[in-house]
Amino acid sequence: MEPLQLLAPDGTLTGDVPDGLDEDRLVGMMRLMLLGRRLDQKAIALQRRGKLGTYAPLSGQEAASVGSSFAMDPDVDHLVPQYREQLAMLHWGLPLGTYLLQRYGHPRGAELPEHRRLYPQQVALAAHAPHATGLAWGLRLRGERAAVICHFGDGASSEGDAHEAMNLAGVTGAPVIFVIQNNGWAISVPLHLQTRGVIARRADGVGIAGERVDGNDVLAMYAATRRARARALDGGGATLIEAVTYRLGAHTTADDPTKYVDADELEDARTRDPLTRYRTWLTGAGLWDEAREEAAVAWIDETVDEAVRVFDAAGPVDPGAMFDHVYADEPPRLARQRAEYLAALGGGA
Amino acid sequence: MAEVMSTSRAINAAMRVAMAEDPRVFLAGEDIGVYGGAFGVTDGLLGEFGAERVRDTPISEDIIVGMAVGAAITGMRPVIEMQFSDFVVNAMDPLVNQAAKLHFMYGGNVTVPMVLRLPGGGGTGAAEQHSQSLEAWFAHVPGLKVVAPSTPQDAHDLLLASINDPDPVVLVEHKLLYKAEGPVEVRGSLAEVDAAFAGTVPRRTGGDLTIVSYSRGCAVALDAAEALAADGVEATVLDLRSLRPLDLGPVIASVTATGRLLVTHEAPGPVGVGAEVVAGVVGSEAFDHLLVPPVRVTGRDNPMPYAPGLERATIPQVEDVVAAARRLMAEDD
Repeated sequence: MEPLQLLAPDGTLTGDVPDGLDEDRLVGMMRLMLLGRRLDQKAIALQRRGKLGTYAPLSGQEAASVGSSFAMDPDVDHLVPQYREQLAMLHWGLPLGTYLLQRYGHPRGAELPEHRRLYPQQVALAAHAPHATGLAWGLRLRGERAAVICHFGDGASSEGDAHEAMNLAGVTGAPVIFVIQNNGWAISVPLHLQTRGVIARRADGVGIAGERVDGNDVLAMYAATRRARARALDGGGATLIEAVTYRLGAHTTADDPTKYVDADELEDARTRDPLTRYRTWLTGAGLWDEAREEAAVAWIDETVDEAVRVFDAAGPVDPGAMFDHVYADEPPRLARQRAEYLAALGGGA
Repeated sequence: MAEVMSTSRAINAAMRVAMAEDPRVFLAGEDIGVYGGAFGVTDGLLGEFGAERVRDTPISEDIIVGMAVGAAITGMRPVIEMQFSDFVVNAMDPLVNQAAKLHFMYGGNVTVPMVLRLPGGGGTGAAEQHSQSLEAWFAHVPGLKVVAPSTPQDAHDLLLASINDPDPVVLVEHKLLYKAEGPVEVRGSLAEVDAAFAGTVPRRTGGDLTIVSYSRGCAVALDAAEALAADGVEATVLDLRSLRPLDLGPVIASVTATGRLLVTHEAPGPVGVGAEVVAGVVGSEAFDHLLVPPVRVTGRDNPMPYAPGLERATIPQVEDVVAAARRLMAEDD
């Protein structure tokens, strides 16, 4: 099953530029992809300095995230992301500063945009896939013309939840798009120990549409997701998109991939870098040049610096925060624990 | 001869002993092969025993445990690592509805000699879904055995005993104990460890109060006992080691002598192991010897927060146990 490709690895356009992408959006995708690459460097540095908790780098997967996100309409559609979908979350309006606070465990990091079409990033593997099906089914029952996009990885695709979510989406015709980021690795376990099948073919088994896409080709990811969205809105049901990509960095900042990733394989993967490919084409099309790159880098640095300022300004975590939101309606036992704890702190105990 | 090693090395050594001796023993789990496990516990075993017996699995906890049940009832001795104990929620059907019940439902015609290793607990900054202490769930289920070692030697011995045991055993491992070191006598064979689970043992003796714990809570209790000793209060610290079956005899005997009982564990209090211990003591002959009502010092009732300061505040600390013990001592003065 050959992956859909519109841009060859050397940046040659092998198909048509998909509908729906004007110059601003073509450039916007490049800028967001660049931001992702740069964010990884900054966030890893912050983590090493003890400012962030665990961070999951996305380097290598920018095109899969950005292409699938741009094909959706954040003004009506819903995003149900796994960790590593920082760029999709930003596209849905999450301030970067809030994202960083989330990676520290600061309660303010839990603040989601008012529109509530963005869900918290899921850390438990594929646990959010059933939510996406339920959310999409709910949209249909309410008669809303909108779709849901849900990202997870090839490792998470082995969880029963992934299968059950896709199967129920098939049965209900829920307008949901599952994007499986097949980056070749589940921490240290390579794809051939995860599954011997082609992930996209699982769609046939549950009666939904399936597409296999070059996940390092932002135009192909956009085109496939746009098609899936149109299908969902027209009552055609769910789609599984397998984005074939490669994790260029560590699983998370707690991981050391040099223990298990072959150096030659990694070097080979770098030759398929999604940023290089898109930049080459965009430049040839007259939409990108050094000046635009410099402007983008300046914008990214300002965006990240501003986010770090927001992060630093958030201040220490309120000690009482651990009792907040355990229940919508705080039971007496918890209220007592809160009062005792705060009194002990106040008394210098 | 005993040598000093970490808990993770002690567990690793036990797996090596069992695998070298018994070809029925095999390991399965996520990232346990070349990676050596998320906490390095299976490090080196792939090279020694090969990928068929040190099996990296897909990320499918349900089938990992379900497969172990099937392998166990047909004569194998699977030792399963859940990457984090929290992930066992995906495998509750094969564990609770199958492993725990098949011996009973099949009229004793099959046994389920499997071991499920659960790295749990907080203190590592791993947040809500990677830090829980879920042992009470399993201790509640007839048919399961649950052990929770606090020392490297016990981790070594209890794993060997668990592999030897004909019933399914849940081995509760606290992540913060993996690096804790202690003397370990590496056993020469499975037979060196009695198949019967060792019960509650004293880690320290004192006549003023009885502190009961298990797993990492024992280290907290021992540090608290040292702090109390500086004030002239001498505590006995008892390590339960096995949560099901639960050996309350030494607890009852100790409380009969001291008259004061404090139970501490990291898991939240409600319907927890501490509640079972207190209920067992007050329902025993020790009741008449209690000078003050027993107390529990447990994890708070909130999910484990990600923010570092709040995580610490959620987990019982030495000073919390000391403060509770001082209140116990003051109440009957």
